[in-house]
Parts: sequence; structure tokens; C-alpha cells
Amino acid sequence: MTGLYALFRSTVGLKWLMGVSGLVLSGFVVVHMLGNLQVYLGPDAINAYAESLRKMPVLLWTARIVLLVAFGLHVFSAVRITQLNRAARQHQYELWSPQVTTYAARTMFMGGIILFAFVLYHLAHFTFGLTHPEHFQLHDAKGRHDVYAMVVLGFRQPLVSLSYLVAMVPLLLHLQHGVSSFFQTFGLNHPRYNGIIRALGPIVGLIVFFGNCSIPLAVLAGLIPYPVVGK
Amino acid sequence: MILDGRVPPGPLEQKWDRHRNELALVNPANKRKFHVIVVGTGLAGASAAATLAELGYQVSAFCFHDSPRRAHSIAAQGGINAAKNYQNDGDSVWRLFYDTIKGGDFRSREANVYRLAQVSVNIFDHCVAQGVPFAREYGGLLANRSFGGAQVSRTFYARGQTGQQLLLGAYSALCRQISLGQVKMYPRTEMLDLVVVDGHAKGIITRNLLTGEIQRHAADAVVLATGGYGNVFYLSTNAVNSNVTATYRAYKRGAFFANPCFTQIHPTCIPVSGDHQSKLTLMSESLRNDGRVWVPKKKGDTRPPEQIPEDERDYFLERMYPSYGNLAPRDIASRAAKRVCDEGRGVGPGGLGVYLDFSEAIRRLGIEVVRERYGNLFDMYREITNEDPYKVPMRIYPAVHYTMGGLWVDYNLMSNLPGLFVIGEANFSDHGANRLGASALMQGLADGYFILPYTIGDYFARSKRTRPDPDRPEFREAEEQTRKGIERLLAINGRHPVDVFHRELGKLLWDHCGMSRSEASLRHALEEIPKIRERFWKEARVTGGPEGINQALERAGRVADFLEFAELLCLDALERRESCGGHFREEFQTEDGEAKRDDENFCHVAAWEYRGPKERPTRHIEPLQFEFVKLATRSYK
Amino acid sequence: MRLTLRIWRQKDANSPGQFVTYVKDHVVPDMSFLELLDALNRELVERGEEPVAFESDCREGICGSCSLVINGIPHGPGRGKASCQLYMRHFRDGDTITVEPFRAKPFPVLRDLIVDRSAFDRIMQAGGFISVNAGSAPEANSIPVPKQNQELAMDAAACIGCGACVAACKNASAMLFVAAKVSHLGLLPQGQPERYRRVRNMVAQMDKEGFGGCSNTFECEAVCPKQISVRFIARLNRDYLRAVLLEP
Repeated sequence: MTGLYALFRSTVGLKWLMGVSGLVLSGFVVVHMLGNLQVYLGPDAINAYAESLRKMPVLLWTARIVLLVAFGLHVFSAVRITQLNRAARQHQYELWSPQVTTYAARTMFMGGIILFAFVLYHLAHFTFGLTHPEHFQLHDAKGRHDVYAMVVLGFRQPLVSLSYLVAMVPLLLHLQHGVSSFFQTFGLNHPRYNGIIRALGPIVGLIVFFGNCSIPLAVLAGLIPYPVVGK
Repeated sequence: MILDGRVPPGPLEQKWDRHRNELALVNPANKRKFHVIVVGTGLAGASAAATLAELGYQVSAFCFHDSPRRAHSIAAQGGINAAKNYQNDGDSVWRLFYDTIKGGDFRSREANVYRLAQVSVNIFDHCVAQGVPFAREYGGLLANRSFGGAQVSRTFYARGQTGQQLLLGAYSALCRQISLGQVKMYPRTEMLDLVVVDGHAKGIITRNLLTGEIQRHAADAVVLATGGYGNVFYLSTNAVNSNVTATYRAYKRGAFFANPCFTQIHPTCIPVSGDHQSKLTLMSESLRNDGRVWVPKKKGDTRPPEQIPEDERDYFLERMYPSYGNLAPRDIASRAAKRVCDEGRGVGPGGLGVYLDFSEAIRRLGIEVVRERYGNLFDMYREITNEDPYKVPMRIYPAVHYTMGGLWVDYNLMSNLPGLFVIGEANFSDHGANRLGASALMQGLADGYFILPYTIGDYFARSKRTRPDPDRPEFREAEEQTRKGIERLLAINGRHPVDVFHRELGKLLWDHCGMSRSEASLRHALEEIPKIRERFWKEARVTGGPEGINQALERAGRVADFLEFAELLCLDALERRESCGGHFREEFQTEDGEAKRDDENFCHVAAWEYRGPKERPTRHIEPLQFEFVKLATRSYK
Repeated sequence: MRLTLRIWRQKDANSPGQFVTYVKDHVVPDMSFLELLDALNRELVERGEEPVAFESDCREGICGSCSLVINGIPHGPGRGKASCQLYMRHFRDGDTITVEPFRAKPFPVLRDLIVDRSAFDRIMQAGGFISVNAGSAPEANSIPVPKQNQELAMDAAACIGCGACVAACKNASAMLFVAAKVSHLGLLPQGQPERYRRVRNMVAQMDKEGFGGCSNTFECEAVCPKQISVRFIARLNRDYLRAVLLEP
């Protein structure tokens, strides 16, 4: 078995697909968080950022296609490998005492399902404007899509905020195991660097977790005002 | 009968080369018509099966393990000898030959041993090419260590796992031939009888250990590579399933059993700790490179070792054998340890132990170097004894380890039954009365890779016999007997597990036919063995039935054979009225307690012929001619 | 010591199994776990019951025959040892110990605690060798091998093929076993000609046998009696990608 086909068929190939797509998605999650954090800089900054993305359609759509493909591959490889893994142990142990397997590693698939549902909701909310069309249609004084208002108004609703906060837990766990795992899957394992590699997953996970969670919490606490007074 | 080893004529150095030129050949197209059965997949069996298959023969390989990789060769720790002289310390084929024949106390065939030393270099090259990760120096070239009985460093090693690595090499070669369809592998299959047709070995009867099915297998030749019989002593360093069944049943079919009394007691084993023990653990001889063996000078000195001052310690090997010191050969070192323990100077529970002390090595080399060299052995020791050998000296005591005796074979490794070849520890050939360290691996692989593949062709080319039909009466009869044997075991109506009798037998042999033997002790053993056997057949209980996995039945068959074989072992020990190598008769010793050979009357191989269940076996001899070395009193002083 | 043992009993591959509880007295701390089972079996035979079937041979941690899951851990508590090297001093009087066979679809239970591990042999047959016929080898010292490569190859080659890695993995993955084999030969110059073919074929056979995939939980490394490092799995991943994408 050779070529790309092998990647889709073998367990090791599937891990490569999962790792590469996971790397793309993790990169996106980090960049996305950095973009979101601009909400702290006020409406002008974040709306300008959103507008600038919109003005580069080639880049935007390339990124979207790459993300979509990565997402598809990630889901495909996860489903396929989970099927294979479950088939490999049909009879469970009466007593199983894992020595080093983390909670995060054990729950990747379930966490993945929750994240999948969350991504659909998140897209419906902020990308397609399906859940709150009234927030989605706002424009700022310069006629730009008012992302700032959309975010703040959305997160002012406690249930919406709560759903985002809850979803950040599986994301944290997913990154915690996933980010360190890329290295292993890509064949990067060296005793000299393993300390850093194994710490990297939890570090990235926690940064993303706190970065993302801070926004709905700040909105709820009233730290991010709307409408902005005094300008 | 005077047996002929069929040693080829000519100068020692040229015997094998000339012989190879004279061996009849089978042409490549005809090779695939010949079918060979190989029983056992340790170093000898796996290497033979793979090599025969490489040559084009059709091979069926059998082992009772779940995988050929688990054979007991895997447990060999220390190393393999090869006369490479990489250390520039004066080694040569001649020196390896001489050390081996002297180490064997001049009870092996000169020509065989010389050939072994010759092919040692080929074996080693081959193993390296197979990817065996032998230890290397920083320059990337191969490293050596010293071993007992030699004054040069010629032992190659892969940490303390040399046997494992060599076996994995042979197993990988076997795997390759299985994948090519040249070898058909039968794991979990135990040989229970040999089938002889018109005087030639032509097949075997096996039991499938999963299903219990009894099967007949016919071939043009049968190769036995089924290891040694050390477990007749119950407690030994052998794996718990190692047994004498295959060779003993071949013996009962007419193959001669040679020198069964040549058993090796290894000096460095962890002492027995209690009745629950199922086996003894060897601590590699390589430890004697850096460890110093000692006991207190005073009798009954129970102080902890660190409180015994230097001048109250007796480094008895260094004292008795100054030129070899702690690296004296195994039989010598074992007896020396026994002697000091018999004097009441032994250490540890029951006074059956001597110290193997690394404190001087740790001071000289540093703890890291010691850890690098012996770390896994130290860990193993600590786990078993709950003592830390980095801090307190190890306690060691001799234990049964290897058996030099085995089925008699000629120079071509063929037994007196044509078509029956015996290789590795299962045969008697190359180690005489005592085997040197790192020589067992060498011999198993020599037989399998470089000797049998040549000599078996000669048999095929010269005997025009074809593979018999497995429906022939000889096969049916053998199968019937096997079935009856199994039924008989299952029908014993007692209540004790067979281990009880095995342990009793082992203790009797250890006490009366162990490190030292005497006429009286052997006669006593010969009286007692039949009694144990009788009780076994009345009082044992073999649970389960003939079908499916039945470990109780497997063991019962093996113990039953040990109970018969033990008698042969003692009989041979009784008849060999001299001391040599591992066979130490108390009546025959020098003033300072060393073995005293009798070259006039016993410079021969004793090969026993089975005569029937109640008959005394016949003792044949093969005189040993020493044309090239002078028989000398072995001295390691 | 007195111990309560809950042991999996199963007549054969096709019968359902169940736990049976035995109470064992007179347990000595210096006994190995397998010697404890020996002692139990002796008592069972004296009572006319069939002994517990389990595999063992060398009893010094090198043959890889023993295969017990003791209290939920393949080869039991403690690092770097096989079941046969586990001593009873690690247990306390009155403990209850659960003993199960290795569980994985490619390792079907044959009886009691015995499983079929022939899948490993078939993986080896798919490429776990260097193709060299006896007689054709060059002089051993003609190919130097850097000491660090040889040491690393030896770390990998130390695998005893017991299957604890599979038993411990939540996915019953055989990656540590295959990685150890592939790395052992792939690290040596002698193994280069077949390096990529080997990894391709061995992984294909591994998948065919029905082992799961690696999720990088590293449970295998934790229970491995020879403490084989998961860095070899990383090597395998690297070699595999190259093997399927670039090598002929």
C-alpha cells in the first residue's frame, strides 16, 4: 500500500491525517483567539480587523477551504480510527488501572463530538447569523459589519455565554492531548526535548481556554461596554 | 560395541574443509523434493530450519511454545565466543579450540571441537549481518568481554541478553522462510515419539497442545534440537517447560544416549530461598569479570558482610586459582564454592551461599560503569532477593545449568539411527565433561547454520530412500503407543500433582548425583528412583482429558520421562569411575580436591542403548583419540 | 499471608468465561506471582479440580510467555518487569487480587489466562528480518556502527514480545511492539536496504490482524517489562510516512 491512499487506510496513516489536520485546526484556534481578543481594544480595532479580512477574499477563502478540508479530515480520521480501536477490544477488562493515560487522552473522541456540535452552533451564531439575526445585521458608524456589537450583545445572554464557556473545557482537553501528540505522530520525540513537548499541549490548551473564556466573562461582568460611551 | 565417530582423516586444520569437499551434494532442483522435520526452535533448531529452507529443502518446524521465539536459548545472558582476535591479545582458532577441549576436561572429540572453533567466526559474521546489536566501542567496531576458562577476551555480547538477541536473529531468519513458504511452522506442538522405518528415522508423532490432536508427520530426515535435560533436577536455571521427552523417546526408539552424567553446575545462581521455588535464576558468568567471590575465613561467621574486615575474608577462587582467579571454569568454581560451604563457611540462610562482591569494582570503575555493564542483572537480583547488590554483596550458589550429555552423534551430527540428526544442547558432542561460558550459543548456531546444512545433504545424496507414507504400520504403531501413554497417564488414580514427584526426584538427584557423586550415593539413588516412579504411577493425579489445552497432562508426560531418564543418568555416573569436568566422583580426586581423570580406562564416550522397560541398557563406547593435543591435567592455578 | 484471588476461568476459546474466587493461605513474600499460582494449582489438583491454565517458561523475564493482567495492570504493579518477576512482597496480607488474561481481539483467549499471540509472529513474518542467507555475510567489523545507534537499536531489540503493550493500550494497539522491531533493524546499517519495505509491510500486517491505532497515551511504555520507549513509535511514524509517500 503506497501513496496517499495508504494514509486513508492504515492506522498509522490515519494518525498522520489526524495530526496534520489537528495542527491546522489548532493553529486556527490560536489565531482565532488572538483575533477575538481584539475585542478588548474596542469596536474600531476588531471591526477593522474583520473588514480587512473581508477585503482579502483570496486569502479568506483559501483559509476557509483549508480549514474545511482539515476539519473534514480530522472528523473522518477520528471516526475511522475510533471504529478500528473499538473493534480491537470488544471485551473490556473487569478491572483496568491505567498508569499514565490521562483523562484528556481517554476522552478525545467524546470531547471531539461535543466540539463538533459546538462548532456548528458557533458558525450558526457568528458566521451565518442564524441564531441571532438581529445582532448579525448591525453596522458601525463607518458602515463596517459591527463584529464588536455582535459579540457583546451575544454574550450578554447568560445561556449563550454559558454554552461557550462549557465548550471551552473539551477544547482545553483536546488541545492538551492533541498538541503534544502532533509531535509524537510526526516522529518528533527526543529525550532532550520531550519535557517541552509534553508541556506544550497543556500550555496551549490553557492559553486558549483562558483567552477565550475571558471574553464572555468580561462581557457578563460589564467590562466590555456597548454602546461605547464617550466616543 | 565400539562406536565410530566417523572423524575424517587428515591434519586437524584441514579435516572440515576436506570433509566438506567430500560430502555428497544434492542439486538445487532436487533439494525441494526432500522434506526435513526440525523439532525445537531454539538457537540450533531455528538456525537449522532457516538455513535448510534457504538451501531449498522443505522444512516442517515444531515447537511446544506459542512462538518459536520463546525457546530457552533466549535466556542465555553472557555472550558468544568467536576466535576473531579483535583484541589483538593472541587469540586464534587453535586457542579457542584448545580452551574448549581443555575446559571440557578432554572428553570431547578433537575434530568436532576444532570445527566449532573454525566456524565460530562465520557464525559471528552472520549474526552481525542479521542485525544482532552486539556491543560496540566508540569507534563503531565490536567490543569483547572476558569469560571463564579463557585468558583472552573473545566473548561478544549484547548487554546481558546475548541469547535473546541471537535467538531473535535466528527467529527472524525463520520468519523470513515461513513467509516464503519454505518452512511450515507448527507452534504449540509437542513431539511425543520418533518413527523409525527400516532402521531410518522418518517421522515423528506429535500432540497439538491446543486441541490434543495426535498427528503423524513423515519426512526424509528428522532433526532434533530439543535442548538439554537439566530439569531432571527439578530446580535448575532452565525454563520450567524444558524437558527430556523428545530425546528420551528417540532413545527408546534406538538412538544412543551419550554421557548423560555430564551435567553442568553453574557457580553463579541466586541461592534457593524456599520450597515454593519453581526454578533458580542464573546470574551471568560475566559478573565474575568484575565481581570477587569470597566467604569469611572463620567458620560460622554470621556478621553482615560489610563488618567483616578485609583480612578476615577468603577470596577463595583468587587464592586457589591465581592465574584464572574469579574466572576459573564453571565446574571448578562451583566445586570450590561447595567446598567452602561444606567447611561451614557459607553465607546466608542455611549456609548455602558465597558472596559475589562488587564493592571493589564500584570503587575502581564508578557506580555508573558498573550499572552500565550489569545494571539489568543487578535489578533482577534485587527483585528476587530484596537486597541491593550496589550496597551489599550478592549471595550466589551453584545450580544445575546445562547438560553436556545428549544423544550420540557422529561427525556429521547424525545419530546411530540414520536420518536422525541431533543438534545443539540435545546432542552430546562438543563440550566434553564441562562447557565453557559463551560456548553453548556458539555450538547451537554452528550446528544449525554451518554444519548440519552441509552434512544432511550427504545423507540425502547417499540414501536413496523416499519419504514414507504416514499410513505405514510403523507410524500407526507409534501413534497407537502415544495414545496409550496418554490414556495411561490420565488413568492414574491418585491425588497428588505430578510436581510433587518431580521435586522429590530432583532433590534425590541433587543430593546424590549433583555436584559430587560417589558409588554409594549413586547406588542409593538408583534404588530410590524406581520407588518414586512406582509411586508416581499410583499416587499422581492428572486432571482433565486428552483433548484441548491440558497443562497437567503435558507436565505428567515429561515428568514420567524424567523418572525413567534419571536412572540412566545415575547409571552412567556410576559406571564412569573417574572424575572429569562436571562429573565429580568423590573416590577419584587429587589431594587438594581436584577432579582426577582416568585416561587409561575412561578416555571415551559412553553411549547407552535402550534394551526394554525392565532391561539394563547397554553401554557402548566411542574411544576418544587425541592426535593433536596432549592429554594434560587441567590446571587453572 | 492470606490472599483472595479472583481469577478468570474459561474452558476454551468458544466458551464464555467468568471470575472464580479462591482463597490462598501460606503465601510467602519471597514467592513470585507465578509460584503463587503454582501453589494454588497444587491445591486445586489435590482437591480434584482442574488447575488454572497460564503460560510461563523462563521465569526470569526474558521469554515473554507470561501474560497476566494483575489488578488491572498488565504484568501487575511495578515498572519494568514481567509477571514472573513480580514478587508477593508487593502485596499485603488480606489483599484481593484480580487476575485476567490479556484482552484484545487479535489475542483471543484460549483457556483461562492463556491467549493466542500468534499475530505477533505473523507481523514478524511480514518483514521483521534482514534478508541474509547463511554463508553470505561480510566480515563482522567491515561495517562500523556508531555506538549510540547500536545502543539505541539494543534498547528497541530488548522487546520480549509478551504483548503487554497491546494489553495495556485502550485501543489494543501493537504499535510499541512493531515500532521496537522496525527501529531495531532500521537503526543498523545492515537493516537499511529493506528499511522502508519492512515498515510498510509490518504495519499492513499489524492492521490486518485487527490491532487498534496509537493514541499516544504511552500506557504501553509504562507497562513494558523492558521499558521500551515510545520514541520508537515516533520513529515508526516517520519511517512509515516516508515509506508510503516517497519510497518505491
